[in-house]
Amino acid sequence: MAEADSAQPYRIQGETGPWELVIGLEVHAQVVSKSKLFSGAATAFGAEPNSQVSLVDAAMPGMLPVINRECVDQAVRTGLALGAKINEVSVFDRKNYFYADLPQGYQISQYLQPVVGEGVVHLDLEDGRTCEVGIERLHLEQDAGKLMHDQHPSKTYVDLNRSGVALMEIVSKPDLRSPEETAAYIRKLRSILRYIGTCDGNMQEGSMRCDVNVSVRRPGEGYGTRCEIKNMNSIRFVQQAIEYEARRQIEILEAGGKIDQETRLFDANRGETRSMRSKEEAHDYRYFPDPDLLPLALDPARIAELKAELPELPDARKARFMSEYGLSLYDAATLTEERATADWYEAVVKGGTGKRDPKIAANWVTSELFGALNKAGLDLADSPVSADALGGLMDLLGDGTISGRIAKDVFAEMLETGKDAAAIVEEKGLKQVSDTGAIEAIVDAVLAENQDKVAEYRGGKDKLFGFFVGQTMKRSGGKANPGMVNELLKAKLAG
Amino acid sequence: MAGLLDLDLVAARDALRAGETTSTELTQAYLDRIEATRDLNAYITVTADRALAMAKASDERLAKGEGGPLEGLPIAVKDLFCTEGVLTTAASHILDGFKPPYESTVTSNLWGAGAVMLGKTNLDEFAMGSSNETSYYGPAVNPWRAADDAQTKLVPGGSSGGSASAVAGRAALAATGTDTGGSIRQPAGFTGIVGMRPTYGRCSRWGIVAFASSLDQAGPMTRTVADAALMLSGMAGHDPKDSTSAPLPVPDFSAGLEDGVKGLRIGVPKEYRIDGMPPEIEKLWAQGVAWLKDAGAEIVDISLPHTPYALPTYYIIAPAEASSNLARYDGVRYGLRVDGDSLAEMYANTRGAGFGSEVQRRILIGTYVLSAGYYDAYYRKAQRVRSLIRRDFDQAFETVDAILAPTAPSDAFAIGAEVDDPVKMYLNDVFTVPLNLAGLPGISVPAGLSARGLPLGLQVMGAMFEEAKLLRVARALEKAAAFSARPAMLEGI
Amino acid sequence: MSLDKATVASIATLARLRVPDDRLEPMVGDLNAILGFVEQLNRVDTSGVEPLANVTGHALPQREDAVTDGGYPDRVTLNAPDPAGDFYAVPKVVE
Repeated sequence: MAEADSAQPYRIQGETGPWELVIGLEVHAQVVSKSKLFSGAATAFGAEPNSQVSLVDAAMPGMLPVINRECVDQAVRTGLALGAKINEVSVFDRKNYFYADLPQGYQISQYLQPVVGEGVVHLDLEDGRTCEVGIERLHLEQDAGKLMHDQHPSKTYVDLNRSGVALMEIVSKPDLRSPEETAAYIRKLRSILRYIGTCDGNMQEGSMRCDVNVSVRRPGEGYGTRCEIKNMNSIRFVQQAIEYEARRQIEILEAGGKIDQETRLFDANRGETRSMRSKEEAHDYRYFPDPDLLPLALDPARIAELKAELPELPDARKARFMSEYGLSLYDAATLTEERATADWYEAVVKGGTGKRDPKIAANWVTSELFGALNKAGLDLADSPVSADALGGLMDLLGDGTISGRIAKDVFAEMLETGKDAAAIVEEKGLKQVSDTGAIEAIVDAVLAENQDKVAEYRGGKDKLFGFFVGQTMKRSGGKANPGMVNELLKAKLAG
Repeated sequence: MAGLLDLDLVAARDALRAGETTSTELTQAYLDRIEATRDLNAYITVTADRALAMAKASDERLAKGEGGPLEGLPIAVKDLFCTEGVLTTAASHILDGFKPPYESTVTSNLWGAGAVMLGKTNLDEFAMGSSNETSYYGPAVNPWRAADDAQTKLVPGGSSGGSASAVAGRAALAATGTDTGGSIRQPAGFTGIVGMRPTYGRCSRWGIVAFASSLDQAGPMTRTVADAALMLSGMAGHDPKDSTSAPLPVPDFSAGLEDGVKGLRIGVPKEYRIDGMPPEIEKLWAQGVAWLKDAGAEIVDISLPHTPYALPTYYIIAPAEASSNLARYDGVRYGLRVDGDSLAEMYANTRGAGFGSEVQRRILIGTYVLSAGYYDAYYRKAQRVRSLIRRDFDQAFETVDAILAPTAPSDAFAIGAEVDDPVKMYLNDVFTVPLNLAGLPGISVPAGLSARGLPLGLQVMGAMFEEAKLLRVARALEKAAAFSARPAMLEGI
Repeated sequence: MSLDKATVASIATLARLRVPDDRLEPMVGDLNAILGFVEQLNRVDTSGVEPLANVTGHALPQREDAVTDGGYPDRVTLNAPDPAGDFYAVPKVVE
């Protein structure tokens, strides 16, 4: 892995010295599609039990799989967005095991010949470092059903609605070295998937889950034995789980023990990982090509078409925001993490007469707008102020109709009422006063009423300038053009 | 009433169209015959009420001069095909009480063509067997008895033993079967009827209880070759619900049936002359060759060098696929459930109690040959040998139009004679299995009687999707053989 | 390659098949007979030969993405041995 020169590589201090973490992720991302991977049942979240289950999903005798073209396209799009190799021929294999959420007694997956090969994800880390995380492969597979253990004292209830929904399993190389990097990787992956619309990345609803492989080693040594922490659906918990697991392993190794390769679960209440009882026996999945299907052959023309249709990806968009709009890395990153945000921002910049200052727009969006939305607990999609409306406000500021101070007030009003800027300025008579004569009159009045302070200022108390500015602004109801106020006051106070 | 049972499928169709009889009369005749032949144990479920209701509807259509190609014809369905609302067991305890809320595509096609359902026939459990002795519902019985031993019950062959027995015993006008390793052809051979396995992908597998997915194929079991052609037309067709279903139109399988074999080249594969082959079978085979030669065919000696490896290849691939296909029988969503303290126990108890010993053997072998460390040595190796077997046939069909071989290495044996030796039982498939591995179509035609007075069949094999040509050769063979022997039990029928 | 009782027992566990003790011994014999029979494949030279992946030669059909199935919980639970409303029920699983 091309890890950029890191000033301080992440280490956990054990009793006997520093330890390095080695982390790999298997992300299971539910594919956005109307129907399932191999059946025509619906995929929508939250339906009544077993109401989105076809005979195929229920594994009735004699049922057969037929693949969904869109799911294949979504996997290819994702592979392309990860800069990965698309395999023109791939094979679906059966992964055989018994569990209550697996009605067929096997999962249709891809083993030796996945649809997508090696790729890469670029991360920007908080301290300004960049890092590359290798993608090993991406394959399509069926999701399992849901088990409910709390509906009955001695029984588990099975709902197969989710059984058969298409998943993309995205396997990273073991290139991650810290909880922070891992979190950044998940966020970046999620961002990419949402950009291209192949997965909604909703971890709370379970449409994106991670299996985290953690091992530790002394710096410079080979790979240690890893443990897999399954089914994590919160970035925060992933970080906690890595921390806990790494320390758990370090403790064992420092005491002279060895790590058993096993599957574990994260107990969020306790902040601990524990061994999964039901998976204690080694699984022999007996993979073999599914004889109900044929190898999947992808036409290079189709791959090229899908590539041409890809939207501008996060990294490219961020780079363009920096070069085209002159934004800082931080602002560009913030604005491009979500495609909807980037689109919103560009609607502001490119709207109106197309002359809006992108840096000012960035500031409005990231500070004022996001601040207000966060406070109100709203998403950008539910913003009372549209991109157009914000653009309108910027136009009034830009042409001097209102001052910056007023603009903030107008913005607050826009958030609350949903009215546009021009209407509010009109209603409340907030137009900036730039009439020199009018301002001069106010300045004269302020100086006249505060002659003692004028004297003090002229005597050297420079700080009083702010006082005069404040008084003038107050008297003008905040509408006086601040630049002009400064000029006039300077001139008049000078004598 | 007796006269009605004499009509074969084509004749019955004509008689119905001509108004000489009605579907209700015909169906009732068969229902009565089924009752009279209960000892054959050919049926697991008889659907008398449904049959008569369907017959009535057919009669209404026929009266109006309407009706499909199989209108009003009463047929039996191997109990491996899911039939909506009707008990479907696969002859297994593990599917106790299972009434599918859906109809298999093949049977759907048959009812759509106007056919009438008499009931579900007996078979080897999950189609695993060559004698119909592994059925949870007891063995089906061959209507034929040996000339020198009328007391001993004989097997009808398997796995489609019930269908074969019903057709041969005139307890069905025709029947559906499935052929994974010979399960249509071999029982047809043992019971003196015609049994055809079309090309893999010609008939849909949707709704047929899966045994070995890359080998299973539905086909007709009938009295004559013309009947088989007619029935296949009513069964076949592309099904978008089956990814392995061939996207090809269904040709008229009866076209050119009487065209004869003049100018056709018939291959005789030397590797089918196996060690210990009963002389009477070798003699019948030579007779078949002579018949076709006399009819104007050119006889070509061919070699299918990997033939000896077909059986071991099959007995790795079929159990492997079956072990996975049968994992869904777990007591959760249908069929038998035997409780347990934990999920794993419930599974093990249910499956241990629900599956018979042959099925268990195959699941275990299948699980083993797929397991870590053995997959390459067994399963992958077998699939490679399979490629070679297929290549043998592809090369052969560059020089011939059809291949002639025996159907089975013996005549029908006694019930119970081979149950203790699984490998011996497997050898019954020696002539049929290569075709399944290659995916090609084949048909067994009754050709003569053994020394014990039991039917012997000859098998014709064709190239991929060339069923019409295959049927044409089979028809020529049938004509030449003029097989008219009937089992003693049909006396007076 | 010969199987012993312990191996057969573990295969049976993998396959979730309860084989009572008294049937285990005969099963071992049967399985070894079958394996003995299929061993002959080792004699075939398959170097350079690909496993047969596609019998009919047609391409994997891909269907349009549309909701065309499901929506009948009563049908899929119709045959359940232990129905629980619209759910399936199994002995309690501990994860």
